[in-house]
Amino acid sequence: MGLASAESDRMQRGRAPADRSKLTSPIMIALSFAVLLAAWHFAAVTWPSRSLPGPLPVFQTFLRETASGDLPYHLGMTLWRVAASFVLAMVIGSVIGVFLGSFRRADQFFNPWLILFLNIPALVVIVLAYIWFGLNEVAAIGAVAVNKIPNVIVTMREGTRALDPRYAEMAAVYRFGPLDRLRHILLPQLQPYIAAASRSGIALIWKIVLVVELLGRSNGVGFEINLFFQLFDVAAILAYALAFVAVMLFIELLLVQPLERSSTRWRRRAA
Amino acid sequence: MNAHQLAGAAARLKVNIEEKSFRTSDGGTIEVLRDLNFEVGENEFACVLGPSGCGKTTMLRILLGLDREFRGSVQLPGKVEARMGAVFQEPLLLPWRTVEQNVRLALPTHLRDTSLDQLFASLGLAKMRGFYPSELSLGLARRAAIARALAIEPDILLLDEPFVSLDASTAQQLRHLLLGVWSDRPTTALMVTHNLQEAIMLSDRIVVLSDRPTHVLGTFDIRLPRNYRNEQVNADLLRAFREKFAGIRTEP
Ligand SMILES: Nc1ncnc2c1ncn2[C@@H]1O[C@H](COP(=O)(O)OP(=O)(O)OP(=O)(O)O)[C@@H](O)[C@H]1O
Ligand SMILES: [Mg+2]
Repeated sequence: MGLASAESDRMQRGRAPADRSKLTSPIMIALSFAVLLAAWHFAAVTWPSRSLPGPLPVFQTFLRETASGDLPYHLGMTLWRVAASFVLAMVIGSVIGVFLGSFRRADQFFNPWLILFLNIPALVVIVLAYIWFGLNEVAAIGAVAVNKIPNVIVTMREGTRALDPRYAEMAAVYRFGPLDRLRHILLPQLQPYIAAASRSGIALIWKIVLVVELLGRSNGVGFEINLFFQLFDVAAILAYALAFVAVMLFIELLLVQPLERSSTRWRRRAA
Repeated sequence: MNAHQLAGAAARLKVNIEEKSFRTSDGGTIEVLRDLNFEVGENEFACVLGPSGCGKTTMLRILLGLDREFRGSVQLPGKVEARMGAVFQEPLLLPWRTVEQNVRLALPTHLRDTSLDQLFASLGLAKMRGFYPSELSLGLARRAAIARALAIEPDILLLDEPFVSLDASTAQQLRHLLLGVWSDRPTTALMVTHNLQEAIMLSDRIVVLSDRPTHVLGTFDIRLPRNYRNEQVNADLLRAFREKFAGIRTEP
């Protein structure tokens, strides 16, 4: 994975992410998972029960569900909902966050609303969305986005407050157009905050999406898990859950981290 | 209240700031500029010399249109909207863009595809085009800022102490580079400095400012073309300047 060298680069600019610098070698990761699998296997063998299938039956279920096309379909639906509500939450949250960060009066006025929204439980938002807008896709995705938007707003507002006004002045003197200001002045300065909001965003959203599917959709991983819960098919529950977790980890590893690295390239060169 | 106007062709820079004050954090006001009036002719290089904290940067910010809270008027050269090349007290390059991107981003649309080879070569930046600002020394970053200001083919060039915090020889080298690129395409220029010798070396006219509230104490015109100036002549000019403005504290 080559994490080690990239991580040591990162350490130099003093933003040492202690959690990830410990992920030293791929061998260690593989070994750690192997031990976990073994423990699970022995537990399942020692206490044979329908409620704790071993890794092998789970894997067989996974293969069967994949071959039938069910798992890819439901996984795909869930991923699409994750992606849609993520994009929606990031765009709306960023626009509002930058707005509140730029205008103190507006911020003072809307801050109580923000605190209110930050503290509404996800479940309440989801239930209300289904009641008000019906059991449909828009309500589902909207409800997930609304759960994430307040967090994005808070982070982006912080980023906007930290903007360096001198760059904006330079852009004014050299008459940058609105698009250039966005691309070359605003977004690069907000980049660390966007990255932070995205990371915590994906982590939050994919968990809420399952709840939304459970409560009001007829497909997706959350719906399937609910179905297998009623059938008491623990192997299938685990197969769907683990497949989904694996996909999310791969997205994090293969998409989010490399993107973050390439957009901060200018920082990591020696001064 | 104030006017930020443009005149037609053959325009000069006209500064008529009646009053500029700041509100301080304790609620009072401090008057920084008061009846500050001077002009700079077309394609003239003028230096503004004044004590520290007298309001030179404040004046430049007014000229750049960054501060519109003042009484008075300024008139910039240029036809429709003056294109302003600015070198700020710090280089202010975008750290997330390369040297070349920094320069190109400032270009007006009709110059977007122009070749910058000549400019980069004469400023000694040819090899640094792909570098990020964090990889440049302060001297090189200043050169990049100068390149950006000149690349846009400005109607007016405004420089705020572009040579401070550099060692003497680097600063001197940079002065020669600036003069070189400026002479290739002369434009009306106004440079703020603390350094009298620098002003004598570079300018056609020196505007001397008072302490706060700041106004013009006097101007010192140097009609001698720059290629006639040498150390001897500059020393004489320095003496003449000291004679005229006896009692003015300036850096050696
Ligand atoms: N935004 C501001 N609010 C309040 N006071 C200000 C502000 N900007 C400048 N001043 C004051 O105005 C005066 C002039 O500042 P300015 O930066 O223009 O001086 P300067 O001549 O450029 O100084 P230097 O030679 O050190 O660069 C200073 O006393 C400063 O404290
Ligand atoms: Mg200053």
